[in-house]
Amino acid sequence: MLRDLDFRLANGGFYFLTGPSGAGKTSLLKLLYLAQRPTRGRIRLFGEELTDAPREILPQFRRRIGVVFQDFRLVRHLSAFDNVALPLRIAGATDEQVEGPVREMLAWVGLADRASARPPTLSGGEQQRVAIARAVINRPDLLVADEPTGNVDAAMAQRLLHLFSALNREGTTVVVATHDVGLINATPGAKLIRLEAGAIADPTGALRNPPRTAREA
Amino acid sequence: MLRWLFPSPSEARLLGQERLRGPTAWVIAIMSFSIMIIAAAGLALANTAGTLSNAIQARYSIEIPGGSGRIDDLLATVRSAPGIANVQAVPEAEMRRTLERWLGPAAQSSELPVPALVNFDLESDTSLPALRRRVQAIAPEATIATHREAVGPLLRSLRLLQWVAFGLVLLLSAAASAAVVLAARGALDTHRFTIEVMHGIGATDVQVTSLFQRKIAIDASVGSLAGAGAAAIVLLMLSAGAAFAGEMTGGATLSGLDLLMLGLLPLALTVLATWVARTAVLAALRKAL
Repeated sequence: MLRDLDFRLANGGFYFLTGPSGAGKTSLLKLLYLAQRPTRGRIRLFGEELTDAPREILPQFRRRIGVVFQDFRLVRHLSAFDNVALPLRIAGATDEQVEGPVREMLAWVGLADRASARPPTLSGGEQQRVAIARAVINRPDLLVADEPTGNVDAAMAQRLLHLFSALNREGTTVVVATHDVGLINATPGAKLIRLEAGAIADPTGALRNPPRTAREA
Repeated sequence: MLRWLFPSPSEARLLGQERLRGPTAWVIAIMSFSIMIIAAAGLALANTAGTLSNAIQARYSIEIPGGSGRIDDLLATVRSAPGIANVQAVPEAEMRRTLERWLGPAAQSSELPVPALVNFDLESDTSLPALRRRVQAIAPEATIATHREAVGPLLRSLRLLQWVAFGLVLLLSAAASAAVVLAARGALDTHRFTIEVMHGIGATDVQVTSLFQRKIAIDASVGSLAGAGAAAIVLLMLSAGAAFAGEMTGGATLSGLDLLMLGLLPLALTVLATWVARTAVLAALRKAL
């Protein structure tokens, strides 16, 4: 359960969300990508008050958010290509319009030759890369990732981090929940939010890039 | 106009290709078959009742108990009365043949008294009491029977059956709708994960609903057309019997308008199923964020 949270994310910022298991990272991310409403308090996103917003207007905001789920949440009966293309199709792109960007994105995450494979036939790392490709395919304004490098090797983790950084440089606000200290260390300028028992652990240090020694897994 | 019924390959892949594996098409086919047969029966009954009603509306019979000794005088009197048409004396032999169905050979016995019977049509503005007085001047024991009163209970039964058929069509339509609601809920449960993912990345309720609506519309089209086709075959096979029944009831058959209505039933069932599916899916989706 989250409590006493009061923070704002700067437009175009890069944030790592850390904390022990059960601290509330995933719950906070769900609030961010509009999968849940808070029982108390307010949420303002993209300049709009969305706490009590009618559900009919939420899709237009969700389309501006890319989400990498911890459990990937790939549609099992769709190919990797169709999973990655889903956000574009939902946004109204035709089959012809999605072809190029999706092929390019799959090539970028190293899955060009696995485009027609379905998730059950992909390894954990491959599924994670498909999930990441799906999250970033429409260049979201906000990218939310829950342990995005948990199932990939160090080289691929670096490659994905470069992708996030590239998106961030183009203006995407990035929030990554992770235990990976290496990932945090490799991202100069990123800010750290540490959660403990549902609250921000160090209000004075939150939303600042802490000294390397203060970073924890 | 019907483009929405034909999804792009990518849209078709979203819910998989399980169209005819589910029971929806079969349930709707059975409902469509039943609705067509019952509706056809109802329309035929309505036509039969109408034909019969028209045929007997102005028909009367004069009955003289105990014999036909005064039948010629009676015929002359009736024919000369104003507003009378189609005067026919029922031959005694024909009456005995009719009675033979119930009495057997005894109906041909000369000891069995057979009344004289004269049928005629009476124009509405003609006075029945005046005719009755003229008839009873010849045969005081003669009575005049009104066919519509005699056949009234049968007509009422036919009309009741017609409404029963109409009610059954409504009930079956309601049952088909209930089956569609269950199918829609089942499909939602089956595809709950896909829906959550779609919602999570910005799909609207209408986008999600259109997938299910399209799927059920296709199942409903296939089912209702299959059921209607089977019903048409059965109705054609029954046509000889219907012709026989039509002969008994003055030639009542299905009119062109009736056939058009029957032909539109599968379309109506498809539209109903699609609308019900859309409503059910939208209602279910509104429960989620």
